[in-house]
Amino acid sequence: MNAPLASPPSSREDILTTGTSAPAGDAPDVRRHPHTLAAAWIIARKDLAVEVRTRSAFLSAAVFTVLAAAIFFYTWDPTAVPAVDLAPGVVWVIFTFSGMLGLHRSFAGELSDRAIDALLGAPISREGIFLGKALANLIFVLAVQLVAVPAVLLFYNVDIGWTGAAMLAGITVLAAIGLVIVGTLFSAMAVNTRLAELLLPVITLPFLVPVVTAAAQATVVIMNGRPIAGAVAWVRLLAAFDLVFVVACTLAYPFTIER
Amino acid sequence: MGTTSPGENLLATPTGRTQRGAPGPPGATGNAFGWLFWLAVLCELASLARALLFTPIEAHQGAAQKILYIHAAAAFTALYLAFALMAITSVLYLWLGDPKLDRVAASAAEVGLAFTTVVLITGPLWGKPIWGTWWSGDARLTATLFLWLIILGYLILRQAVEDRALRGRYSAVLAILAGLLVPFIHLTVYLFRTMHPQPIMLKPSAPSMPAEMFRTFVLSFGASALLFVALLRARYRLAVSADALDTSHQGPA
Repeated sequence: MNAPLASPPSSREDILTTGTSAPAGDAPDVRRHPHTLAAAWIIARKDLAVEVRTRSAFLSAAVFTVLAAAIFFYTWDPTAVPAVDLAPGVVWVIFTFSGMLGLHRSFAGELSDRAIDALLGAPISREGIFLGKALANLIFVLAVQLVAVPAVLLFYNVDIGWTGAAMLAGITVLAAIGLVIVGTLFSAMAVNTRLAELLLPVITLPFLVPVVTAAAQATVVIMNGRPIAGAVAWVRLLAAFDLVFVVACTLAYPFTIER
Repeated sequence: MGTTSPGENLLATPTGRTQRGAPGPPGATGNAFGWLFWLAVLCELASLARALLFTPIEAHQGAAQKILYIHAAAAFTALYLAFALMAITSVLYLWLGDPKLDRVAASAAEVGLAFTTVVLITGPLWGKPIWGTWWSGDARLTATLFLWLIILGYLILRQAVEDRALRGRYSAVLAILAGLLVPFIHLTVYLFRTMHPQPIMLKPSAPSMPAEMFRTFVLSFGASALLFVALLRARYRLAVSADALDTSHQGPA
């Protein structure tokens, strides 16, 4: 990986054609400059491979969600508050905190042996690195929600049917994109600060207010079996948030790199 | 700091101040405020005197309505002056990289936090007699609280980064994203039910209040804006001194 770092400020084409160390299996792609999205997919695959082989973060996040659901259950007085009034809030509180669990790891993992330098030196765009990290985090958060949401539905005995489940899944994906895109950017920043993972929730949580409010309000509509029209405005808000922040955070990422 | 001779390195600490030509001894922060601050305080007192003594009492809310002369003026200053300035200078900082812009952004954030704190304290003081509760789960209150927390997070972030250039870029990124977040918080507020009064002055139609009250409001807005400028100036000077001190400490090491 030294070749791109040590080479003089020549064009990227030069760096690529003078022969970077290539992974053995991908011979035909060696001289091709990976497109931003292709690079993102490579980075995401790498992060997910690390997670699949260790499973440390997923297991702790999954255990956390079940524990949180159980704790919420035992603080609930069923005679005072109906389950459908409480369950949406519980789902999204657990979503918020379990979502934050894996985020710090995303860039903190790259700090050992300064692996981040190799990533930044690779002939791929900075945006590709960021989107790859975000994609891996998205898949991680969604996998955790696959445990969390059924756990809450089970504990609170809420039946939303298959249509409701599909809609809830759609809302979860939209909310997860919002959480992950902001959280990934802030995790890239937080690792370079003195407070590290302590800072991450402090700066990320306020950004989740519109996401979680919208998702919770839409979930209220689904869990109560009300007409879907009541949730449309909230879903639009979620989609708009995702659109704005995916663009803004991707553009902002290059500014957060330590020079 | 390139102007200091090598021999001055031992006495590096006071150089930041002597170079700026500030007349007072180091540590005398009173000088940083200057005449503008005292003028602003005077205007603030005058606007309060006018609001309390020379403006009629509102028919429905009684004396409690007078709190709004401070509350609305502080909210206006925090939102439309402090945070707008913070967002604009942050964008410019990422573009131009001038440390002055970073200092202005940081100063605006800190002064803006003070004004938002005033909003959050005076709001419940008014809410208790009028709504019957100190704090309602109202969306606009919650939104302001979250804005306050974002600015607090911004200042915590600044404390946590040692490198000045990195600190500038990080806080600029956070400020810009916070600027993008505000419309979403507002949308959430509109979709959520709110019992906060709707705008009376800053709305498309003419302000719906008696001329006397309107003039008092304008005066209190003006005084509040002037106080903001004075505090911003003082805080900016402090930032200049802090950066100079930082440079003189890092220089020999």
